[in-house]
Amino acid sequence: MGVGSGRLYVAVAAGGFRRYATYRVATAAGVFTNTVFGLVLVYTYLALWDEKPQLGGYDQAQAVTFVWLGQALLAALAIGGGGFEDELMERIRTGDIAVDLYRPADLQLWWLAADVGRALFQLVARGVVPLVFGSLFFPVELPREVSVWAAFLVAVVLGMVVSFALRYLVALSAFWLLDGTGVKQMGWIVGLFCSGMLLPLNVFPGALGEVVRALPWSSLLQAPADVLLGEAGALGTFVFQGVWAVALLAVGRLVQAAATRRVVVQGG
Amino acid sequence: MAETAHAAGRGRVAEGLRVYGLIVMMWVRSTMAYRTSFVLTAFGNFAITALDFVAILLMFSRVDALGGWSLSEVALLYGLSGVSFGLADLAIGSMERLGRRVRDGTLDTLLVRPAPVLAQVAADRFGLRRLGRVVQGLLVLGYALTVVDVDWSVAKVLLMPVMLLSGAGIFCAVFVAAAAFQFVAQDASEVSNAFTYGGTTMLQYPPTVFALDLVRGVTFVVPLAFVNWLPACYVLGRPYPLDLPRWVAFAPPLVAVACCALAGLAWRAGLRSYRSTGS
Repeated sequence: MGVGSGRLYVAVAAGGFRRYATYRVATAAGVFTNTVFGLVLVYTYLALWDEKPQLGGYDQAQAVTFVWLGQALLAALAIGGGGFEDELMERIRTGDIAVDLYRPADLQLWWLAADVGRALFQLVARGVVPLVFGSLFFPVELPREVSVWAAFLVAVVLGMVVSFALRYLVALSAFWLLDGTGVKQMGWIVGLFCSGMLLPLNVFPGALGEVVRALPWSSLLQAPADVLLGEAGALGTFVFQGVWAVALLAVGRLVQAAATRRVVVQGG
Repeated sequence: MAETAHAAGRGRVAEGLRVYGLIVMMWVRSTMAYRTSFVLTAFGNFAITALDFVAILLMFSRVDALGGWSLSEVALLYGLSGVSFGLADLAIGSMERLGRRVRDGTLDTLLVRPAPVLAQVAADRFGLRRLGRVVQGLLVLGYALTVVDVDWSVAKVLLMPVMLLSGAGIFCAVFVAAAAFQFVAQDASEVSNAFTYGGTTMLQYPPTVFALDLVRGVTFVVPLAFVNWLPACYVLGRPYPLDLPRWVAFAPPLVAVACCALAGLAWRAGLRSYRSTGS
C-alpha cells in the first residue's frame, strides 16, 4: 500500500467520523440511554457482588467499572449491531456493490476505514459521559498510570478491528441470502452474549467460561476491560486480539473473493 | 352537548381501532408472504430476549439470592414484565419510527389520509415477529408459576391477568409519550429505549436491588413499579418498597388508564406542534 492510498483510507475514516458527528441529537439520546442502562445494571451487579464478593476474581469496584466500560464501548464496538453493515447489505441487495467493485480502492479496507472512523467518534461522543457519570456516583477502580490507559486504548482499537471483521462476514452473507436480517440478528445475539455485555465472561461457570473467553467476541469488551482493570497483561491481550483480527480479516477476503465471482455470475 | 361530544369521542376511538386493525392485517398478510423469514426473525426475537434470562440463570448458578429474592421469585418478576412489555411492543412498538417519518417528511402522507394519525403510526410496519418476545415471557412466567412458593387466593389468581394487561397499558403509554417527544426532538428515538427496554430490564430484578431514589422515580414519575413490582410483592407476601399501603397492588388498572390519558394528551400536543419539513 503506497502513501497515496494510505491517505485515501485516512480520508475515508475521517469521513466516517464526520458523518456520525452530524447526528448530534441522536448521539445525546444514545448517551442518555447508555447512562440509564448502566444505572440499572450497576445495581444488579452490586447486589450480585454483595452476595458473593470476589465473584469471577473481580471485587465490587471492578465489577462496577466493568458495567460502565460496557456502556461506554457498546456503540463504538457495535456490540449490539449498528455500523456499516446495514448499508453494505443494502448495496449488495440492490446490486450497487458492482459499482464499488470497479472503484480503484480495496472493498474491505474501504469499509474498515469508514467503520473505524465511526467507532472513534462514538468512543469519544458516547463513551466518555457514561464512564465519567459512573465514576462520579459509584465506587469504580480506574488506573492512575497513563501507560495503562494507553494500553487500554490500543486494546479498544484492536477490538474495533475484530468487531469490523466479524460484521463484514455477516454483511457478505447477503450475497447468498439477499435478505440478511436473520444472520444480522444472530450476529448480535452471539456478540452480546460472548463479549461480556450481559455478564462479565469470568463470571461464566466452568467450561462455558473457558470457551467464551477463547472466542473472538471476548476481544470486544472483556479484553480491553481486563487490561484497564489490571486483570490481564497488555501484550498477551494484544496478541490474542491481533491473531483473531488477522484470521477473521483473511476469512473475509476469501469470502469476498467467492462473493465477487458470484456478482459476475449474476451479472449484477 | 356533552353527550354528543362523548359519543363523537367514542366514535373516534372505534374508528381508530378499526383503522389500526386494517393496517395490522395488511402487514400480517405481507409478513406471511415470506414465511421462512418470519419464522427466523420471530425466533431471533425470542432468542435475543431469552438471553437476559440466560444471564439471570448464570447469575443464580453462582449465588442463591439476589437482593434477598430467590430464582423463582425473580423469574416471576421477569415473566410478568416480559409479557407486559412484549404485548405493548407487539401492539405499538413500531411507534419509535415516528422520528424518522418526521425527519424525512413521510408523516405528511399519514396526515392527509382520512384516518386517525395515532392509529396509522401505531400500526405502521406491524411486526408479528415480536410475538417471539411474548412467547419467551410466557414460558418464563409459566416456569415461575410452577416453582414459586405462593399461598394462592382468588384475589391473587385474578390479579395475574389484570397485571399483564395493565402492565401492557402502562408500557403502551410510555411508547406513545416517547413518540410524542419525537415531534420535538425528531432524532432522539433512543431516549425511548431508556424507558421501554431499560424499564423492562429494571423490572426483571427485585426492587430491593435498586437505590430508593430510583424506586421512587419508577413509582411516582414513570409509574413502571405498577407493572409488576407492587402487585408481585402482594402475591409473594413480601414487604412493599417505600412502605406503600397494601391496596396499591390493585391500582395497576387505574394507573394504566391515567397513563394512557396523559400520553394521549402529550400525543395531541405533539401532533399540533408538528411542522412539516416540506420535503
